Amino acid sequence: MASIKTKIGRRAFIKNTSLASGGLVLGFSFLNSCKPKQVAEMAVQEMPKEWFEINGYLKIGDNGLVTILSPNPEIGQNVRTSMPMIVADELEIDWKDVLVEQAPLNTDLYSWQVAGGSRSISSSWQSLRMAGATARQMLKEAAAKAWQVPVGEISAVAGKLTHEVSGNSAGYGDMASAASQIAVPEEVDLKERSEFSIIGTSRKNVDGRKIVTGQPLFGLDVQREGMLIATLAHPPAFGMQLKSFDADSAKQMPGIKDVFSLKIYDDDFKRSAFHHTAFNEVIVVLGESTWQVMQAKKALKVEWENAPEVSVGMSMFGNEMKVNFPAGLENSTNHRLKMEELNARKGKVVRKDGNPEAAFKNASKVIERSYSAPFLAHNTMEPMNFFANVTDDHAELLGPTQTPEWMEPAIAERLGLPIEKVDIMMTRQGGGFGRRLYGHFMVEVAAISQKVKAPVKLVYSREDDMSQGIYRPSYYATYRAALDADNNLTALHVKTGGIPESPLFANRFPAGALDNYLAEDWTIESNITTGAFRAPRSNFIAGAEQSFLDEVAEAAGKDPIELRLELLKRAQENPVGERNDYDAARYAGVLELVKEKSNWESGNQGMNRGVSAYFCHDSYVAQVLDIAMEKDKPVVQKVTTAIDCGIVINPDAATNLAEGGVVDGIGHAMYSAITFKDGAPEQKNFDKYRLIRHSEAPKSIETHFVQNDIDPTGLGEPPFPPIMGALANALYKATGQRHYHQPFITEKQVLG
Amino acid sequence: MATFNLKINGETKEIDVDPSTPMLWVLRDHIKLVGTKYGCGIAQCGACTIHLGDNAVRSCQLPVSAVGEQEITTIEGLSENGDHPVQKAWLEIDVPQCGYCQAGQIMTASALLKRNPHPSDTEIETAMNGNICRCGTYTRIKTAVKTAAES
Repeated sequence: MASIKTKIGRRAFIKNTSLASGGLVLGFSFLNSCKPKQVAEMAVQEMPKEWFEINGYLKIGDNGLVTILSPNPEIGQNVRTSMPMIVADELEIDWKDVLVEQAPLNTDLYSWQVAGGSRSISSSWQSLRMAGATARQMLKEAAAKAWQVPVGEISAVAGKLTHEVSGNSAGYGDMASAASQIAVPEEVDLKERSEFSIIGTSRKNVDGRKIVTGQPLFGLDVQREGMLIATLAHPPAFGMQLKSFDADSAKQMPGIKDVFSLKIYDDDFKRSAFHHTAFNEVIVVLGESTWQVMQAKKALKVEWENAPEVSVGMSMFGNEMKVNFPAGLENSTNHRLKMEELNARKGKVVRKDGNPEAAFKNASKVIERSYSAPFLAHNTMEPMNFFANVTDDHAELLGPTQTPEWMEPAIAERLGLPIEKVDIMMTRQGGGFGRRLYGHFMVEVAAISQKVKAPVKLVYSREDDMSQGIYRPSYYATYRAALDADNNLTALHVKTGGIPESPLFANRFPAGALDNYLAEDWTIESNITTGAFRAPRSNFIAGAEQSFLDEVAEAAGKDPIELRLELLKRAQENPVGERNDYDAARYAGVLELVKEKSNWESGNQGMNRGVSAYFCHDSYVAQVLDIAMEKDKPVVQKVTTAIDCGIVINPDAATNLAEGGVVDGIGHAMYSAITFKDGAPEQKNFDKYRLIRHSEAPKSIETHFVQNDIDPTGLGEPPFPPIMGALANALYKATGQRHYHQPFITEKQVLG
Repeated sequence: MATFNLKINGETKEIDVDPSTPMLWVLRDHIKLVGTKYGCGIAQCGACTIHLGDNAVRSCQLPVSAVGEQEITTIEGLSENGDHPVQKAWLEIDVPQCGYCQAGQIMTASALLKRNPHPSDTEIETAMNGNICRCGTYTRIKTAVKTAAES
């Protein structure tokens, strides 16, 4: 066992109302059943008469039930199941005796209560384990005290404390009261990996039953006595602002309480990128029901005007910067021309190894290809929404947010309340994908509730959601490769940029594998707001790079996996440069695994196969995608994925997430785009914005995890970026046509 | 405003709303059955799917005035104890990621199996094509529909 210093405080829970003590019954083992035939058999166990708080992550009932608080926002990555699994394993409790609750935002107790950067598990791995191990130790100490025996002789297994020599034994529930009085140990023993009994085993989603029976779970489901519904009208185009409005007829409509304009932030408000909104002044329509406010909004008579250029002071993780949002109404056709123009000039050199100019001059073959991708809307199925109840001295917020911790200061400042008077609770969230990192809607609803002195739920319509901004940026890249007379890759040059950010990761593979390497980038300002979208920047550059390597392999007459393995061998044995940020051995490991699992070497088996591999969020993913032609239409038959993300907590749920990444990546590369005409997005709902549908998903997806003892790394994002390359490469095999510009469907309609 | 007597999940509910109000919002805001989800409001995503009689319909495009005597079933009323074969299959396959679209998926799938107890893969794809899952659980949904069909 590994001894580890504890950092667990004893601060009390925020009292939770959903678990009243005494006398209640609830079905719980339903979800823990592994065998299908047991699913319908609902065990009912009485709730404890009393709960004892052991630490900020768990409380134990007098009957041995354990409630574990899951600290992080649940956006579909399944942390509400996997985080408590980690606590439960170290606590040594049977998973069927565990109840899970969402923890509120509590920056004293928890760290990184953020659903971002694929970091939920990795950043809390130690603290979750410590929470469980500390409680286990305190239970042991309570038993040692009660039985007057040395604590070292007591074992704790599956919720039971035993002292073999004396024959004493007790359940956790029996010792919970005494354990809650024990001082928090300064050091605890964590389990070895071989001792895990819950981590690494598949457990069902703890919210599964509520989901399939339609119980209230999501932000949009929040109902409160006296609650009003608000909806917002924002400018129809980026580069516009509110001039004036006439709400007389809207105010006369049934159920409408008020219509007013609202300024979100004062001009001197020091915001971060996570607070920003393109539309700082909006019209609020407030009423009794959702349909009524949506109808009344249509009756508003609004005059919009062109907005001036603005320069906004922003802080990003401690860095102060000025971000410029130019005036004007932008168009997608101009965007593309501008990006091509910038990419034709010299960019900012971010990394240069060796002498790439000479290598290109001496090359016997030079390959040059350009790639692009459009703006995308996140389109979480649950549109942006939030609930707030603000009184004179307190603000309660409840709803879907990926960044409660980062939004709290902005809300407190906007309301003029001390930060400790702002309480934020997360609901389950109908998708995140990065969109809910940007919580302006929380500030909006808090300001509305404060103004009207009532509990308010703010609801964005799909059109509001899709036309509000925070899009995935648009990108462009050109890759060049130099081959010598023996078809060796002697130099690689990438020049890339985007609106408004560059997708370049200059120190990632294939940097470090080539003597001559040049990476340049550029950016273009825009008033269209953008933000992180599942695997930011990687979600474009991975597909471009991996498509390009496929062409390099073809030109060199090499197998595309072998070409990558050769480069990785070089990076492992004799790396170029010192800033390479990937582990070449683990990178090669996933390629070897996908090669084996896809039976790559046994030939194409009648399939048109494309391969791709990428590293991001500290994890490695390789994918092989198989396409069969059916009546001249390419159909994705199978995707084989190999992942190295260290220890996997909940394998079946991790597989589900990886499958989702595959479908999501194929969908966005093939079908999706936001385009602009005179500043206005041309797609505002799913009639014009294409998302992948059932019939377009792969017929089967197989996922394999590398088995190792490395602490967990990211999983939500890494399977998403590389599949776009595998798709493009397989499409080429199937149709003879290379794809360079997303969405591929606009280049030529290929997928059935 | 007008009064409607609606048969929802085997009970009669009297509500007083504007006749143009879509059933989606009648269910969510007035009857407080929030399992039926809002996704697009234009019958493009399927999150709001309910049963009107035996048919899966998009409740966001169904005005309350068009319901009449027809029986409405929502996800909350699909089974008494959450043990409809489709719900059980969904749990067995552990389909959901975020879970938001799944009520609509289940309502479409259960209507499909009622009229076609043993659908082919293509029939499943065709029937389910109007239900978007943004998390990409399509392969699991198909497996779950087949599992339910076999049970």
